[in-house]
Amino acid sequence: MENEGKKRIWSDYQKEIADDHFFYVRSCIRQSFYPGSEQFFLDFMRNVLGKDVYENPSHTTCTGIGYHGDIVPLQTIMTVVARHFALMKESGYRNIAISCVTSFGIYTEILETWKHFPEELEKTREYLFKATGREFDIPENMAHTSDIIYKFRNEIAGRAKNLLINKKTGEPLKVVEHIGCHYAKMFPKFGVGGAEFPRVLSGMAEAWGGEVVDYPERRHCCGFGFRQYLVQANRGYSISNTAKKFSSMQPFKPDLVLTNCPGCNMFMDKWQYTIKEMEGTTYGAEGESIPVLTYEELAGLVMGYNPWDLGLQYHMVQSEPLLEKMGIATDKKDKFKTKDGRQMPIPGNLINA
Amino acid sequence: MENYHDLLMQDIRFEEGLNACMNCGVCTAICPAAEFYDYDPRKIVDLVQGGENEEIEKLLKSETIWYCGECMSCKTRCPRGNTPALVIMALRTLSQKLGFFTESEKGRQQFAIKRTVGENIFKYGYCVATYAVKPEMHLEQGPIWEYILNNTHDVYERLGGQINELGAGPLRKIPDDAREELRKIFEVTGGTEFFETIEEHSKKKAKEMGLQFSNEGIDNEYFVEVYTANSGKHTTR
Repeated sequence: MENEGKKRIWSDYQKEIADDHFFYVRSCIRQSFYPGSEQFFLDFMRNVLGKDVYENPSHTTCTGIGYHGDIVPLQTIMTVVARHFALMKESGYRNIAISCVTSFGIYTEILETWKHFPEELEKTREYLFKATGREFDIPENMAHTSDIIYKFRNEIAGRAKNLLINKKTGEPLKVVEHIGCHYAKMFPKFGVGGAEFPRVLSGMAEAWGGEVVDYPERRHCCGFGFRQYLVQANRGYSISNTAKKFSSMQPFKPDLVLTNCPGCNMFMDKWQYTIKEMEGTTYGAEGESIPVLTYEELAGLVMGYNPWDLGLQYHMVQSEPLLEKMGIATDKKDKFKTKDGRQMPIPGNLINA
Repeated sequence: MENYHDLLMQDIRFEEGLNACMNCGVCTAICPAAEFYDYDPRKIVDLVQGGENEEIEKLLKSETIWYCGECMSCKTRCPRGNTPALVIMALRTLSQKLGFFTESEKGRQQFAIKRTVGENIFKYGYCVATYAVKPEMHLEQGPIWEYILNNTHDVYERLGGQINELGAGPLRKIPDDAREELRKIFEVTGGTEFFETIEEHSKKKAKEMGLQFSNEGIDNEYFVEVYTANSGKHTTR
C-alpha cells in the first residue's frame, strides 16, 4: 500500500515520452543561431538509433515570440498551432517533437486551454477550417526534443567517446544546467521531473559523467523577457537578470552551462560577451568566459562528433577550454572551413579564442 | 465609461489567471521584473481584483503593465493558483484594443515589436530569422554575428542549412502557400485587425509627438523613438 501511494505521488513528476515516429517541428531561434544542434538531433535519431523523424516543409513559426510580445492574439496563435497539428495528421503522425521551449510552452498552454474551455477548441476548429480547409487531431504524445535526448541518454553514454570528466584531474566536470522557464514552470506535468525536480538536463549531465552544480539562482530566468529584449530600450532588464545568474554560479567554478531553450542559450552566450565589453567582468576560471552549449551540442561532443560540424565556433564564447578538459583534440585549420573544405576568413575578437 | 473589469473577463487568460488573490506577495518575491523595475505584480493583481474602473483605466495607460517579462515564474509559486503574468497579458491586450498603450513610453514599443517580429511572420514565415537580425540593432550579438551574416551561405551549408531553398531543413524558404495560409489565419482570427489597431493608434501618436511616420518598415522617426527611448524613470534604484 505504501509503495502504491509513493508511485502515485511520483507519477506526477514522470513523463511518458514516445519511442519512435515523430513529427518534428523546428525553432525559429535555434535554426537561425544554432542550426548544428537541430542537425545533430536528426542525425542521431535517424542514423544512429534508426528512428522515424519527419519534417514537413510547410511548417511555419508558431508565432510564439509575437504572442509573448503581446502583438499576436490568443485565438490567432491557437489556430496557427492547430494548423501544425493538421500537417501532422495529414502526414500520418501522432507524436510531436518540439525543438523550442517557447513553442513547447505555447503548445502546453493551448492543450490545457482546450481542456478547460472546450468551446475554444471548437472555435479553433472552425477558424482553421475557414482559413485553410484543414482539420486536425490533438497529438497523442508531446515531447520537447530534450525529453527525447533524455530518454536516450544512456544510449548516448553507451556510445561515449568523451565523457564529462576532466582528463587531467580525473574529476567530473561541473555542469550548470538551465531548464528555461517555459519548459515546466507553467504546466509542470509536461516536463521531466516537473517544476520541482527537473531532471531533463541534469539526467543527461550525470549519465555522461558530469556533476551538476546547485547554486542559489539556479531556477532564475535567463533574462529574455520577450519585449524586454526585443526592444533595444529594455535590454537592461535582460542583461541584468543574466548577470544575476552568472554572479550566483561563479563561486562554484562551472566548466560549462548546459541549456534547454533557444533563447536562454543565446542570451547566456551573448550577454557574457556584452558584460565583458561593458565592464570587463568574466565568470569563468582565469579570466575566461563559460562556454554555453545546447544539449545536442554536448551530446555530440560526448559521442565524438567534430565540434566544428556541430557549429560550436559560431558562439561568441568559444568552447576550447571545455574541449581541452574533455581531452578532445581539434583541428584548428578545420574550424572555419566550408562544407567542401574551402578556407573561410578567420573572425576576430571572439571570447576564449 | 466602459466597464474594464467586464472587458477583461472576456479574456479567458484573465479568467484563468485570477481566482482569488490573498496578497501574500510570493509572485513579487520571485519576479525577475520586480528585481530591476519599479514593479510589483501583487499590487497589480490586488488593484484589478478591486475592480475600481478609474484605477484600471490608469493601469491600462501606465508604464507598469509593460514591465513583466512573461517568464511565468509566478504561476509555479502562487499558493492560490493565480497567474499574475496571465492577468498582465489580458491587460496588455485590452490596452492595445482601446488605444491606451500609446499613453506610455513602454506601451508605445508595441509598434516596434509589430514592425519587426510581426512583419517577419508574414514576410518569412518565421518570427526570427538570421537575415532579419541586423547587427546595428543587435550590438550584443558581437563580432561573430557580423561574420555569420557576411558568410551566411558557407556557414549554414556546413550545418545543414537551406537558406532560401524549398524543402525540409533549417532556415528553409517557407512556401508561398504556407505563408498565405498564415495570412488567412490572421484575418479570420482577428490577428490582422489587432495589427491594424496598433498601426492606427501609433500613427495618431506619431502626429501628436511631431515625429515622421511611414506606413511600412523601420526607417522612420517614430520607430527609432519607440525602439530606443528610455526616460530612465522605470526603476527606483
